[in-house]
Amino acid sequence: MISHTGVWVTLIVLGYYHGINPAMGWLFAVSQGLQHRSRRALLRSLVPIAIGHELSIAIVAVIVLGASAAVPSAALHMGAAVVLFAFGVFRFVKPRAHWRWTTMRVSDRELAVWSFLMSTAHGAGLMVAPVLIGLQGVGEASVNARAGDSQDVGMLSHVPLLPSGIGIALHVLTMISVAGVIALLVYEKLGLEVLRRAWLNTDRVWALAFFIAAAVTLITS
Amino acid sequence: MTWKPDPTFYPSPRSAAAAPPEELAYVVTLNTAGDGDRRPDALNVIDLRPGSTTYATRIGRLDMPNVGDELHHFGWNACSSALCPWAPHPHVERRYLLVPGLRSSRIHLIDVKDDPTAPKLVKVIEAETLAGRTGYSRPHTIHCGPDGIYVSALGAPDGGGPGGVLLLDHDDFEPLGQWEVQRGPQELAYDVWWNIGYDTLLTSEWGTPAMVEDGVIPELLLGGRYGHQLHVWDLRRRRHTQAIDLGAEQQMVLELRPAHDPRNPYGFVGVVVSTTDLSASVWLWNRENGSVSAHKVIEVPAEPADPDELPPALKPFGAVPPLITDIALSLDDRYLYVSCWGTGELKRYDVTDPARPREDGSVRLGGIVRRAPHPAAGPLTGGPQMVEVSRDGRRVYLTNSLYASWDAQFYPEGISGWMVKLDAEPGGGFRVDPEFFVEFEGERPHQIRLQGGDASSDSYCFP
Repeated sequence: MISHTGVWVTLIVLGYYHGINPAMGWLFAVSQGLQHRSRRALLRSLVPIAIGHELSIAIVAVIVLGASAAVPSAALHMGAAVVLFAFGVFRFVKPRAHWRWTTMRVSDRELAVWSFLMSTAHGAGLMVAPVLIGLQGVGEASVNARAGDSQDVGMLSHVPLLPSGIGIALHVLTMISVAGVIALLVYEKLGLEVLRRAWLNTDRVWALAFFIAAAVTLITS
Repeated sequence: MTWKPDPTFYPSPRSAAAAPPEELAYVVTLNTAGDGDRRPDALNVIDLRPGSTTYATRIGRLDMPNVGDELHHFGWNACSSALCPWAPHPHVERRYLLVPGLRSSRIHLIDVKDDPTAPKLVKVIEAETLAGRTGYSRPHTIHCGPDGIYVSALGAPDGGGPGGVLLLDHDDFEPLGQWEVQRGPQELAYDVWWNIGYDTLLTSEWGTPAMVEDGVIPELLLGGRYGHQLHVWDLRRRRHTQAIDLGAEQQMVLELRPAHDPRNPYGFVGVVVSTTDLSASVWLWNRENGSVSAHKVIEVPAEPADPDELPPALKPFGAVPPLITDIALSLDDRYLYVSCWGTGELKRYDVTDPARPREDGSVRLGGIVRRAPHPAAGPLTGGPQMVEVSRDGRRVYLTNSLYASWDAQFYPEGISGWMVKLDAEPGGGFRVDPEFFVEFEGERPHQIRLQGGDASSDSYCFP
């Protein structure tokens, strides 16, 4: 069981983590700004990038919500741990795997699709899954507070809908704020030279995050 | 695995131009010794460090495993396009040279990481594999692309068409297949490159293997049958969008040099010869209002000559054609270098206004009739052919061989291989470096690649 605050903090920390990753969007935003010689183009591009990221996570959330209503808690934790572990192995073995994409001239919709594909390929949503499952505890607490609820309602509220929605929104808001600030900093002040110095290879760290998430999911079951 | 981005990846051409000077050049050589002692073609390493005791000499060499490849153009496995924002892979390495044999259709993968002066062969893609996976043969140009390695190929295994573009996998270098989803009217192929900021790929036209391998065929040339079109493609959807006909008299549309700044929607392409008057030309393509058009911006006239001094193929014309066989654009998109292989001249144009190039320098070396000398060597055979510009734009390197069977037609007395260097100070001054002359005994040098990248090796997604 994870505490309320713990859940929000984790989601925000993951938002930072996703926002910092150049492959999740800020670099594309900078390129849009430079290509169109306009800061507005940069800022505009953040919206579809956020929507794509949000969608990628929402899909995982829906699956987790559905699963939590259908299977016992222990099975949910075990299943999620296996998926997370497998995805970690995949990112470890094939750190550069992603959908093919070769375009710079993108409409807002295409940019959202790009962001969705990129977030999905990197497992951004999966990384959030254990935290959503962690919300189970929060859900149970609220259920217990309301005495007399039937067992069925109790099952359904294993992973509560509203806190999940707020959690994802919080995550995406953090992610896009961080990405936006970095994009603006690079565009206005630092210049792209910073890429050559400061871009550390986080492929392994990213893969490792899934192993940790798998372990946490198992332990909290 | 590396922790920091490859130091030779640059987000923008401006950033690449600030790179330290190159220290090594890789040069492929064609072995042309008589049939009795034919040796393999080779990848050579030339020392470019001023002050080094081996400056301007060959300090490394790797023989190919077979004889008769006709090594031609080659390229890197990865370059600055790895920083492109849609799928950045900054931690891959510029480590391997992919060296195709234009005649053998083999592609050699050569590792230059551990000891850059001692290249090691790590893999050979055989012609059968290439043909089986892609239907193509005679691989020509290699470009490290954003989602794979792009290779142009002249034609089909039987020597006919169509030629086109194929992809190699980024990681294991296996041929993935034909790049084109829909080729439209395109049949002939030669070069491939792109305006990466506009999702536009371009290809040019030479001829099918059958049209070029035994030398230029006069009937085809005079009949306007060699390539005279420029093809425009949708880089993302892999579809042909436009064929731009430069006119049937504009024979052999070869080297494509798109602007390096991804915001510039234009580029230059050289035409070897006009059948109207033997002139050669450079055309500007430009994208305006969603479509690409091209027009001639440079014309170099033929030089009248005494027929007695001309090779048999040119005697009837009484003139030397300039034969623009290669061009190179500096990373700042400011200077265009134009090789006139027939007349033996390298011209430099200021293309700050790309529609109105201004000639601002010229160097004479070799030439069919002129045989202009180099200070370190006396009269030269061959002429400026492959031209490569350093990232900072201050040094230009040249070699003198085109293609064995064509060398024999235009320089029938034979070509003695050389590589020279020119100094191009920014804002004026453009001269031969009298100290730099590399001779290749019994071998002919073709394309040059500079260690860490040069002005025709990388693509940039940021301005």
